[in-house]
Amino acid sequence: MPKGSLGIKSFLYSQTVAPYIFILPFLLSFLIFFLYPTINTVYMSFHEVYGMGNMNFIGLSNYQRLFNQNFYDAIRTNTLYTFFLIIILIPLAILFATLLNIKYLRGRNFFKSVLFIPALTSIIVAGVAFRLLFGESEAAFMNSILIRLGFPAQRWAFSHSTGMLLMVSLATWKMVGIYMVYFISGLQAIPEELYESAEIDGANSISKFTRITLPLLKPIVIYALTIIIFDGYRMFGESYVFWNEGMPGNIGLTIVRYIYQQAFQRNDMGFGSAIGIVLLTIVLTINLIQLRFFGAFKKEE
Amino acid sequence: MRKKAKFNWSIWLIFLFFIIVSFVMLLPLYYLILGSFRNSKDLFRFGMDLVIRPELMSLDNYKYILFGDGKIYLHWYKNSVLITFLFTISSLFFSAMVGYALGVYNFKGKNFVFVLVLFVMMIPLEILMLPLYRLTVRFKIINTYSGVILPFMVSPLAIFFFRQYASGLGKDFMAAGRIDGCTEFGLYFKIMVPLMKPAFGAMTILLAMQSWNSFVWPLIVLRTNQKFTLPIGLSSLMTPYGNNYDMLIAGAVLAIIPIVIVFLFNQRSFIAGLSAGGIKG
Repeated sequence: MPKGSLGIKSFLYSQTVAPYIFILPFLLSFLIFFLYPTINTVYMSFHEVYGMGNMNFIGLSNYQRLFNQNFYDAIRTNTLYTFFLIIILIPLAILFATLLNIKYLRGRNFFKSVLFIPALTSIIVAGVAFRLLFGESEAAFMNSILIRLGFPAQRWAFSHSTGMLLMVSLATWKMVGIYMVYFISGLQAIPEELYESAEIDGANSISKFTRITLPLLKPIVIYALTIIIFDGYRMFGESYVFWNEGMPGNIGLTIVRYIYQQAFQRNDMGFGSAIGIVLLTIVLTINLIQLRFFGAFKKEE
Repeated sequence: MRKKAKFNWSIWLIFLFFIIVSFVMLLPLYYLILGSFRNSKDLFRFGMDLVIRPELMSLDNYKYILFGDGKIYLHWYKNSVLITFLFTISSLFFSAMVGYALGVYNFKGKNFVFVLVLFVMMIPLEILMLPLYRLTVRFKIINTYSGVILPFMVSPLAIFFFRQYASGLGKDFMAAGRIDGCTEFGLYFKIMVPLMKPAFGAMTILLAMQSWNSFVWPLIVLRTNQKFTLPIGLSSLMTPYGNNYDMLIAGAVLAIIPIVIVFLFNQRSFIAGLSAGGIKG
């Protein structure tokens, strides 16, 4: 034991006190920037909020107002967007990861880097690039291809289907590299011997993939699903970069944009909070169902 | 012999496939860079093909934002650099401490705190925008660097990562340090922090990227042009008529250059850092 039993000294040497000092930043941040705001959101969702101070209790009125076409449109956008990302991003990332895991393939590190580079860009920079590619004029790149193939030029941001295409292709471009890295690390955890013994049993590449690779990638698939759903329902930037001012016919209106619009542009914080609570409920429910459905809560065998 | 020839053939097909994929993945960035050298009004009106046409290219857009009337861009750049720097340093400092304590100590309430960390990770922070906005107004940090940095400074993801890393470190170092008369805090700063260097590397990249590209929260907190970060400033130029495209496109290119340069020199830790969310349990 150190000499001198001054309070401060025993304090500095105490193994009981130290961890509490270390976790203090988290506790403070949790109380001020998480717990208080969460309670505040719930509270505001039952109130009409005037300016910074005054509130008027109005019961469930804000929640009743949620039954309107705009909110349905927002939920629809997020749901379709999430659905398309799941069916495009996961297979594509598994395909890239599997092929780039072939040791004889030349330049595979180069390809990995190239696939990863879009993940470095901010949503705004990526959005500027995609706005250029999908420009409205006939000479903009995507339209020029359509015309060469004999189709008419599109005003991409002005219909629901092409609007969805804009958001999904932007998100796929930006994120496929990250999901590929998840799957590559999953593939590298599969022991080589499994494939060797399958080869002895006469398995071909395809049955090796479906019988060994895919089942063993399941935990990563579940992880990817969880993240895509989580990010899909809170999506904001992918819509903002294409429709930052007006959204004709609610094209690209998402739940978080609806919150932003109601709370900051219409100054209706109470209603905005109610939307936020619904968003929270949706995300938690879908993820719980999804985790239960895929058996992630079962004990590992 | 025949089998081997067939094998090489499929590898070549895969190689070709990735050449095409690489082309598609780089196309938007190539298009952006090409566009940054062109006259933006013509670009918006007439579009652009993929051919490099020196006769139509100039450095005018870059001159405009660096030396001309577009100088506000440099303000945004400065704000982004400072916020990223301050956020990363403070977030590393605090998140590492918490993660370390959760990883190496046994104390009452430890599991509860860890569950809280996981809980914060599972909540979409967008639902907290409104009360957080009111909080920054009340604390008078609206439209300031602190307003951008403070609410998300203690990062649950980084805490999680540091906890995993610290719990894998040998306890012998700690015992040895204590015998040498280190205080618990001296132990942490002098012995354990250097041992966690790889974790600091990966998290520096994750946090810096997060901050550099962060969009939703700064959009709400930063209210005046002078205080904007790059993503917010650039997004304010996205008008439907394309009258600011000269500034927007060249500005977007300059905004990714520092990240791409750092990436090219540290690819391994970049990929480790950005996919850190994937390392669970």
